[in-house]
Amino acid sequence: MTMNMKLNTLTAHELIDLLSKGDISPIDICNDIINRIEKQEKSLNALAHFDKEKALERCKNLKEGVNKGKLWGIPIFIKDNISVKDELTTCSSKILKGFKPPYNATAIEKLMDIGAVLMGKTNMDEFAFGSSTETSCYGPTRNPWDLERIPGGSSGGSAAAVSADEAIFALGSDTGGSIRQPASLCGVVGLKPTYGRVSRYGLIAFASSLDQIGPITKDVEDAAILLKAISGHDEMDSTSADIPVSDYSSNIKKGIKGLKIGIPKEYFIEGVDKEVKDSIKLAIGELEKLGAVCEDTCLPHTEYAVSVYYLVATAEASSNLARFDGVQYGLRAENITSMMDMYKKTRKEGFGDEAKRRIILGTFALSSGYYDAYYSKALKVRTLIKMDFDKAFEKFDAIVTPTSPTASFKIGEKISDPLTMYLSDIFTISANLAGIPGMSIPCGFTKANLPIGLQILGKPFDEDTILRIAYNYEQSTEWHKKKPKL
Amino acid sequence: MAINRDTVKYTANLARIELSDKELEHFTGQLDRILAYVDKLNTLNVTNLKPTSHVLDMKNVYREDSVRKSLPVADVIKNAPNKENNLFKVPKIIET
Amino acid sequence: MDYEIVIGLEVHLQLNTKSKVFCGCSTNFGSAPNTQVCPVCLGFPGSLPVLNRRALELGAKVSIALNCQIAEKIRFDRKNYFYPDLPKDYQISQFDQPLAQHGILTIITGEAEKNIRIRRVHLEEDTGKLFHQKDSSLIDFNRCGIPLLEIVSEPDMNSPEEAYLYLTALKSILEYIDVSDCNMEEGSLRCDANISLRKKADKELGTKTEIKNMNSFKGVKAALEYETKRQMDLLEDGKRIAQETRLYNTEKGVTEPMRSKEEAHDYRYFPEPDLAPFNFEKSFLKAIERDIPELPEPKKNRFIKDYLLSGYDAGIIVSDKNTADYFEKCASLYSNPKTIANWLIGDISAYMKDNNVSIKDLNLKESYLSGMLKMIDNGVITGKIAKTLLIEAIQTGKDPEKLVKENGLEQISDVKLLEAATSQVIAENPKSTEDFKNGKDNAIMFLMGKVMQKTKGRANPNKVNEMLREKLKGAR
Repeated sequence: MTMNMKLNTLTAHELIDLLSKGDISPIDICNDIINRIEKQEKSLNALAHFDKEKALERCKNLKEGVNKGKLWGIPIFIKDNISVKDELTTCSSKILKGFKPPYNATAIEKLMDIGAVLMGKTNMDEFAFGSSTETSCYGPTRNPWDLERIPGGSSGGSAAAVSADEAIFALGSDTGGSIRQPASLCGVVGLKPTYGRVSRYGLIAFASSLDQIGPITKDVEDAAILLKAISGHDEMDSTSADIPVSDYSSNIKKGIKGLKIGIPKEYFIEGVDKEVKDSIKLAIGELEKLGAVCEDTCLPHTEYAVSVYYLVATAEASSNLARFDGVQYGLRAENITSMMDMYKKTRKEGFGDEAKRRIILGTFALSSGYYDAYYSKALKVRTLIKMDFDKAFEKFDAIVTPTSPTASFKIGEKISDPLTMYLSDIFTISANLAGIPGMSIPCGFTKANLPIGLQILGKPFDEDTILRIAYNYEQSTEWHKKKPKL
Repeated sequence: MAINRDTVKYTANLARIELSDKELEHFTGQLDRILAYVDKLNTLNVTNLKPTSHVLDMKNVYREDSVRKSLPVADVIKNAPNKENNLFKVPKIIET
Repeated sequence: MDYEIVIGLEVHLQLNTKSKVFCGCSTNFGSAPNTQVCPVCLGFPGSLPVLNRRALELGAKVSIALNCQIAEKIRFDRKNYFYPDLPKDYQISQFDQPLAQHGILTIITGEAEKNIRIRRVHLEEDTGKLFHQKDSSLIDFNRCGIPLLEIVSEPDMNSPEEAYLYLTALKSILEYIDVSDCNMEEGSLRCDANISLRKKADKELGTKTEIKNMNSFKGVKAALEYETKRQMDLLEDGKRIAQETRLYNTEKGVTEPMRSKEEAHDYRYFPEPDLAPFNFEKSFLKAIERDIPELPEPKKNRFIKDYLLSGYDAGIIVSDKNTADYFEKCASLYSNPKTIANWLIGDISAYMKDNNVSIKDLNLKESYLSGMLKMIDNGVITGKIAKTLLIEAIQTGKDPEKLVKENGLEQISDVKLLEAATSQVIAENPKSTEDFKNGKDNAIMFLMGKVMQKTKGRANPNKVNEMLREKLKGAR
């Protein structure tokens, strides 16, 4: 590689090689990223909080020595709902205006321990409520492939930043597709780990039984590296699993000959864009060429997933977001007359429309007289959805589907119709409800040159297999190498 | 209708969110459409199903009873919108 | 008209763990505001609870001691409501799978025993503390997250006195099993009451009021007495009782309706997704059972049987575990348990009350008390001397036997000495002597007192009595 190559365009594993050879320094990477941001960020709005002086300072303060750590000197961006000590962490919401947590999320601690350099926070849908990054209090993020379009969401800032080479890689969070869908729409790799694989400690909760932190990267190898870095049991998170973490990076390089892959018919229904269907079919063909055995299967309760999700997730969210009340941190409305007035005005001013809508929906689903009909029923149907996967995985090693029924849509196109927006999560939600790992990798483009993503779903705690399928597919295709023209 | 204006008003109050008349109107319509969609769950027979609140089959997760360091008080109150002598300050509460 | 009073009590008990129920912050009482808090108990966004095993053990211990059925599987739920002392605006509590249910607590009313049923016992987190100023309120979250056990009785008590006895019996058990400081003033034990009245013949319960804000057991009793009268007066006037929460005003001794408007509660309980369910394994419960000492009730029965104490005496002694232990130790050193009981219930208990100390703080070794009792039996000292000797032993911490020697307190049985004293007393008190001769037997007591005075209480009372009678006999 030549020294005038822009380092921000490289992957983490490429940079790790260069750093280990001593060809470059962390400051060089940081500088190239800053240059890119300064040139591009105005039109993208991918970042919620970024202070270049601080980023440079962190680079300079990196510890030298032999035990540098796997990600030493590699810059990383963090979704704005993951707590970083003394740094703005606002969930892109006005209600957390100025909030700086007094502690680090476990994932952040792990990254810092191995030398990663925190660059800043990425834009997102307010509290991760959305599929387009349009509900952020900082304004919408734009899709690097078409600035008139949304990057997906809610981790749209992370996906857009990685896609546009403002970031090497980034952390996102996925409650119903918020890593995979924007990864798909921005043409990058996104992985939602098994529920319990990555500690949620420090991730500002949206829906506690569904949330997971995960990597958004330029290629599968980086996803493997970053997943390994943040995974593992955490005594601060009762729901984190005490199951050993694999060496994903080496395991991905094994072939996929003989792997059994299921293709669920419910994911190829009416309403799925033809170009998307075609790309997925080609991808399936590619996987077969690589030796995988692809067969049709069914996940019969798929059509109920959106309903279950929007009851369970909003119910949990309504409770999780109660704490934003103006007492201890964040926004407090002015000119208040009483405690009740303070609560109601603070939450009126602090939450955007979608947050209000979801809090009210979730409160309703839990409220007296409606609990059984809505929340309790949703949890029971969730059991059916989980059983669908259990059954499918008796036969298959992985399941392959489109990540999103369509490629990116126009900014403003769906924002006024919540239900239509909710349905754009239709293929990603089930993995969260069942707790299984899923990832999205680039698998083609529409005629309008918009990325299409292939979703690979795996057995619980078998991230190895989906990463392996993804890596093998990626190595035999060129999609991940295409860059948006900005 | 799955939800009406009064119920939305009651629910918003439970959630401590003040809504303008316009918002109330707007949300009622949207929530009603969402709940109408969600109604498809009623086509399923769920009587013999256990609810899934935890997707992992986990149990008995605990820590031992040992004291850890608390936060420095400066960190505790640094984000406070209003404070007095290291205490959080709020409008006077009429004692329940 | 005759009314039946129906009372149920809800007790909140802080468990004496070292750290809080869902985080590692200390549970010490009285630290500077907001110094025992962390992201978890402050409910900072992104923080998560992890269950303190000890809190669960102590909760199970209480449940077993109260004869409850412990659930095989328990789970935590979120109780959602907005209040500034509740940082997450939900409380981690237990709703439909509580720790334990269906317990029994026995109280003694007069001579009869009465079983009060325990409805449920569940574990939850305590809230922060509010301080009210003129125009604002201040919040200290140190208390937030201390493990709190809620113990709910059935409405089985039929008088304020029974409610008081329930609380005393409960506290006694809780102290026996060492799970809480049980200090109502510091708030480690809190109690709310439900009370209603109904005509004796009625089957349905009357409308109840909930009484809060009592800060002592006596306060609970007084509040319930006031409330009984208030409700009775209303009913007698043909008025209705309003279902409401009332606060006890300790200064005025009355209950008053809450000033703030009460809203209909809709707590929206749902399973806490951040905590795993807990299945009690047999070994877990066995270990806890082993850790429960003999409780007051069986101990009392044993004391009656083994030490031949009266039910009354045994009841008083076992009501405090330390006193009961003290008693047994003494009984192993001294052969007349009834005498020990008398001293414990009489002079020792009076001293403790006057000086506001517990038996633990008392400077009187078991061997000292039993040694002193032996000295009385052996005629070394008089009972009268023993009373002052006891106080001195407590105050100095010295062995009574030593004190007796140091201060020359031995009983005088020497015939010559007693002869002299009695003769002198007879000579000095002709009036009483005359009275006795005229048949007033009581006069002998006066004369005896005079002999005691002369001998500074050391004279052997039996011998003095004998001698006086002998000397006055001829004259009668």
